Amino acid sequence: MTAPDASASGVSAREVPALACPVPLPPGDAVLLGHGSGGKLTADLIRTVFVPAFGGAELARLGDAAVVELDGVRLAFTTDGFVVTPRFFPGSDIGALSVNGTVNDLAMMGATPLFLSAGLILEEGLPMQDLGRVVASMAEACRAAGVRLVTGDTKVVERGGADGLYVTTAGIGLVPRGVEVGPERARPGDAVLVSGPIGSHGVAVMSRRAGIEFDGTLRSDSAPLSGVARAMLGAGDLRAMRDATRGGVASVLNEIAEASGVGITTDESAFPILDPVRAACEMLGLDPMYVANEGVCVAVVASGDAEAVLAAARSDPMGASAAIVGSVEEGRGVRVRTGLGGTRPLVMLAGDQLPRIC
Amino acid sequence: MKFVDEYRDAHIAKGVLADIGRTVTRPWTIMEVCGGQTHTLIRQGIDQLLPPEVEMVHGPGCPVCVTPLSIIDRAVSIAKRPDAILCSFGDMLRVPGSSEDLFMARAAGGDVRVVYSPLDALEVAKANPDRTVVFFAVGFETTAPANAMAVRQARLQDVENFTLLVAHVLVPPAMLAILSAPGNRVQAFLAPGHVCTVMGWTEYEPITETFRVPIVVTGFEPLDLLEGIHMTVRQLEEGRAEVENQYVRSVVREGNAAAMRVVAEVFEPCDRAWRGLGPIPNSGLRLTEAYRAHDAEVRFPEVVEEVPESELCIAGMVLQGRAKPHDCPAFGTECTPEHPLGAPMVSTEGACAAYFLAGRRREAVTS
Repeated sequence: MTAPDASASGVSAREVPALACPVPLPPGDAVLLGHGSGGKLTADLIRTVFVPAFGGAELARLGDAAVVELDGVRLAFTTDGFVVTPRFFPGSDIGALSVNGTVNDLAMMGATPLFLSAGLILEEGLPMQDLGRVVASMAEACRAAGVRLVTGDTKVVERGGADGLYVTTAGIGLVPRGVEVGPERARPGDAVLVSGPIGSHGVAVMSRRAGIEFDGTLRSDSAPLSGVARAMLGAGDLRAMRDATRGGVASVLNEIAEASGVGITTDESAFPILDPVRAACEMLGLDPMYVANEGVCVAVVASGDAEAVLAAARSDPMGASAAIVGSVEEGRGVRVRTGLGGTRPLVMLAGDQLPRIC
Repeated sequence: MKFVDEYRDAHIAKGVLADIGRTVTRPWTIMEVCGGQTHTLIRQGIDQLLPPEVEMVHGPGCPVCVTPLSIIDRAVSIAKRPDAILCSFGDMLRVPGSSEDLFMARAAGGDVRVVYSPLDALEVAKANPDRTVVFFAVGFETTAPANAMAVRQARLQDVENFTLLVAHVLVPPAMLAILSAPGNRVQAFLAPGHVCTVMGWTEYEPITETFRVPIVVTGFEPLDLLEGIHMTVRQLEEGRAEVENQYVRSVVREGNAAAMRVVAEVFEPCDRAWRGLGPIPNSGLRLTEAYRAHDAEVRFPEVVEEVPESELCIAGMVLQGRAKPHDCPAFGTECTPEHPLGAPMVSTEGACAAYFLAGRRREAVTS
């Protein structure tokens, strides 16, 4: 962003610091961790700072990836930063995550992911062996997802300037003719699906961070969703897809409901969830609906096609435990029916979920 | 999932609800003491499934909610010191002090770390011998044994830089304060199952005798709560006032002797101010003389200015069961989980946050 040219008026930018930054700022003096949680604080930051600064219909759409048209060809384009601690966790690592995350953002727009770039920020002193392990994992993930990493960049910062290793990837995919998915396309009567068991990634990372073991069965679900997305797209009228990363399925359902101006009601007991993940959530006082996933998407499907799309999802290994979890209705907001027959709203969280004291 | 699903069975729940409906003949006000119980009641909508005669009011048993402003301010001020590392359970980080919370202290450069056990904080102390590690010891009798054990281990292993900022509180004195307050509405208690797992229930027996209130030691799953409510209503209807135990799979009358021993070795009762309730005699714990060297308030005797609570916040009335969260004019407007005015809006165990997240609104606002 360029500062406005103040020298023409004979006033130096130093004297009018307020004019040097036309970006409106959200309340608070400093960026808080919650601004990166994927919840309400993140949404506020995007709406108040980024969208007004850059404008543009593609950005304002706030999809997983932007879809841009060039000479009649529709390209999906996205970027994502990865700062996860620890770097290696049960089931995956920051390398595979950085590839799958970007592949999934493209796949959620109905695109076939094709090319990736990677920017690595390395902290002085990072064990070379760790770097080798991360890069090998990225290469394997590219092969598995059928994408090619074609350009990259490396920077090294002084010890203490980063937490070992950060990875940013960007990706380009091709949106096939006739494919039209977006969070604003959900309509009353549509069915809501999830592609797999929820909460596994967030709980795997958190349990490793907390040093809590659950029979060694907690594994991140980090995986490419391009296969299951393609299968579902071919089986019926798929209105919207979103991978339920930070903020979990609850945040994604809220984003779709808001973008489409509809309500969504789900059944708590219909969501697939692995027993060790449920146990870990019970122990840590977390709601799995808000726990991050890296290989699970929410899909909204025209009601008549729901069974066909569900069957197609289940035909892909990534969608083997896919399930219909709710439906789209007139109205606003997301509700969940509890096991005892009550309902409660599933709101966006302000920041990260915090493990409880007791 | 074993040990969970059997306590959430909708069919059995309907049966117990019907039993409660058949037992009750007139209005009763029952307080569930513990925030974990409030969380389950509101999240599952149990209070709305109960017969209209049974009113549940929500007690002060959310440790995050009752920790006084001055201790949060002290934690924030310690966290900002370059020679200190403040370790805490996660949900204390968003609790508002008079001007800042611990997240803000961290954003301002303070070394604030989330741990899952006080023993993790002890490891942090061993790894950073040149700095004082302060573990924010918050909670009721439930968390006291583990915190006591961490201090004991620090002593045994000569980890001199490990300290506790103690904000421990005790349940029975708070129940006495609520029952003795003018305008009290509480006619019976669901006692906190996890506190009683540690302490047993002998302390509650004199309360039932003095105040003629039934007390039922109750668990945290939906069926635990429904059964606990049923046992309480039965006592009220039959005119009995006894301690009964619903949480038989976890609690025995004498409690956990080993846990109580380590608590008694490391901590002693002291007067403590409760956020929203004010000072209550002998309602807190502090380190005994023998362990005073591990007291963060001794190590960092900074003067923290006493700042009054927000005038809008009615947390005190809520924590005594004299008002519901949505009776507060600030509820959901000036006070939300993003910008909490009072602590019950911070933790999901706090009554205000539980109401907010469950979509409970004032009637006038709902429409």
